[in-house]
Amino acid sequence: MNLATQLFDAVIVGGGGAGLRASLELAQSGLKVAVISKVFPTRSHTVSAQGGINAALGNTDGSDDWRWHMYDTVMGSDFLGDQDAIEYMCKNAPQTIYELEQMGLPFSRLDDGKIYQRAFGGQTRDFGGELVHRTCCAADRTGHAMLHTLYQKNIEAKAKFFNEWFAVDLVKTPEGIAGVIALHIETGEVVFLQARATVLATGGAGRIFQSTTNAHINTGDGFGMVLRAGLPLQDMEFWQFHPTGIAGAGVLITEGSRGEGGYLINKNGERYMERYAPHLKDLSCRDVVARSSMIEIREGRGCGPKGDHVLLKLDHLGADVINKRLPGIRELSITFAGVDPLKNPIPVIPTCHYLMGGIPTNVHAQVLTVKNGQDHVVEGLYAAGECACVSVHGANRLGANSLLDIVVFGRAAGLHVQQSVREGLGYRTPSPADIEAALAGLQRWNSNQNGESVDTIRTALQKIMQDDFGVFRTAEHMREGFKKLEKLQERLKLASIKDKSQCFNTSRIEALELDNLMATALATAYLANERTESRGAHARYDFPERDDKNWLKHSMYFADGKIDFRSVNMKPHEVETITLRDRE
Amino acid sequence: MRFSIYRYNPETDQKPYMQEYDLDTEANNCYMVLDALLAIKNTMDDTLTLRRSCREGVCGSDGMNINGKNGLACTTHLSSLKEPIVIRPLPSLPVVRDLVVDMTQFYQQYEKVKPYLQNTDPAPAKERLQSPAERAKLDGLYECILCACCTSSCPSFWWNPEKFIGPAGLLQAYRFIADSRDTQKSERLADLADPFSLFRCRGIMNCVDVCPKGLNPTKAINHIKELMLEEAV
Repeated sequence: MNLATQLFDAVIVGGGGAGLRASLELAQSGLKVAVISKVFPTRSHTVSAQGGINAALGNTDGSDDWRWHMYDTVMGSDFLGDQDAIEYMCKNAPQTIYELEQMGLPFSRLDDGKIYQRAFGGQTRDFGGELVHRTCCAADRTGHAMLHTLYQKNIEAKAKFFNEWFAVDLVKTPEGIAGVIALHIETGEVVFLQARATVLATGGAGRIFQSTTNAHINTGDGFGMVLRAGLPLQDMEFWQFHPTGIAGAGVLITEGSRGEGGYLINKNGERYMERYAPHLKDLSCRDVVARSSMIEIREGRGCGPKGDHVLLKLDHLGADVINKRLPGIRELSITFAGVDPLKNPIPVIPTCHYLMGGIPTNVHAQVLTVKNGQDHVVEGLYAAGECACVSVHGANRLGANSLLDIVVFGRAAGLHVQQSVREGLGYRTPSPADIEAALAGLQRWNSNQNGESVDTIRTALQKIMQDDFGVFRTAEHMREGFKKLEKLQERLKLASIKDKSQCFNTSRIEALELDNLMATALATAYLANERTESRGAHARYDFPERDDKNWLKHSMYFADGKIDFRSVNMKPHEVETITLRDRE
Repeated sequence: MRFSIYRYNPETDQKPYMQEYDLDTEANNCYMVLDALLAIKNTMDDTLTLRRSCREGVCGSDGMNINGKNGLACTTHLSSLKEPIVIRPLPSLPVVRDLVVDMTQFYQQYEKVKPYLQNTDPAPAKERLQSPAERAKLDGLYECILCACCTSSCPSFWWNPEKFIGPAGLLQAYRFIADSRDTQKSERLADLADPFSLFRCRGIMNCVDVCPKGLNPTKAINHIKELMLEEAV
């Protein structure tokens, strides 16, 4: 097949926070860069982030230290986070915030004119001491403010965008990654974007679950692409369930609402987090709070006629705090729960929110694979943001560390791509067979007829994940779920779309996305079955304890079912190793 | 519930038409217009084409005309609507297919106002300071989601889409004029001083009526006019 080819120094796949931060770095450098995004960039899921972004500025408290932020992040990760990467992120956080502020991000302010910082889960001073105010925010619309600011700066820098183009697959050669096959959604045109460097910034995949805070577009496209290119995914068993998704709708209510003083109650009106976590209470790590809520519901103390949710109480904060600090939450609660939090508590339930795992990278955002037990850099491929696993979140992410992750490592990717190109990173030339391989998925959907619908398979997949891979897991359920998934994968091969037209064919896009959802779900199922311990967000009834002797390691999954492991980095460069200990 | 939906696929249709669908919204767990549209697409007709992303009113993908009024499908309750529910693409923008419109012109008008902070002073080592009162001036401006509900409901934009920036773009123009950290206020005002960019606003206020985020572009436009007057005096 003869494809139109366009040449770039770098192609960035994804127009969310990580992709836009990388493209800004590159557009300002004079390199020839293209961003391809399946939605107009400000429709990316970064826009939904609410609560804020962490950095040890000490604006509200008078003092703070990035080393305390690092300690909290390692503890939050349940020791699966790589300490060199966490050190890099926390140390660079203040500079990153100042950069965003100078770009124009409309942060909320303190009386002295500095950036306002609020409390958030798991954030302490003096290595596990009292709660600290470390989360910079723009009211409760921080992601929206960040995404728009980054996009605006990209307009100024004249970055080149391919908006509403879908990345079908990576083109792989024996040397590395040559670029990406892209589909113009409006016209159906397919082109090969060849690049010295391809940066994946494709975000998460929360749509593998029935109930999720994630946007419809979060379908793990980067995960599918990487697996089909024969590369591994890491720590895919670690899915974060956010304690406060609106019951039924799944829409997120920020942890910042607890940071501002809200708390969870059960049907007896009891503030139950005082019982589970006496020190940090409602501002414990998300995995701890989510499990506590599920236990309350399972033990019959849930709220509502079916006892199937808990309540988030905010009315005691008063109209001033809610309208000034949490206006978006009030709007969402009224729209999606029919509840005005000024008067009544919001019905909430732990809801799939974030994937800690992803595409393994080093701190320069270079994608890694393992060969003979050694890390090996994949030439020409980078990943940053939620799709990457660098790993700063380990087994459980702290709230407001994700917006930090995307800008710190989006920037790192941009910097390293520049350096590599200047040092002579060239193009890799694919053979016709390499191109054909990258087109196989698209061609299957174009030719399949009379199969089951995309929606049928997707609904079944989401039900399996919800039922068998949720907050609490057991071998029995996961084995069942795994068998069902394998059967579903066979059905997916025969599924088809009725709409074969070229013009803005969203059915075709959803079909390609479904392949990526399935790849992500299988990776999750494989690795969740494998890890026989409880750590962070991976909680098993049958193995309730953390097992550092056998499981202090990253797990890796390849599309052929092969599983491998990497050691966790416990060697930060400037500070002492944070040694293993129990969490609250 | 009965839906009447605008359909047009340039590959197969000579001209647009309205298609009726009867959907059991209760059985399909539909609360919002977007739920119903996706249920129709998923279970009845996969050729129905629309944009959607966050489904919670912050990404601005699913602006459309619902029973004659522009709004977001994902935050419009079905229970608030009379049947048949008539759904059309946003008016005045070229239709690509069904409910998907070509937003190129809308984005071009947005880019014209230089929607990014400009500050010619040397950057400080930390953040630029801004008092809570100065920051409060950005409330009601920065929250825009670029859904185009306002601009595509504006008769002045219908008449002069190439020359009139429209309410969304002008709201963002004022967002930067009002920012205490921006040093290009005079230049920004001068850029809007021609007869069309700003002054085609006739105060019709459709924009205020339809904004799904409750923002007020007309007020922002009037603020810009006041500042122009001040500069001129």
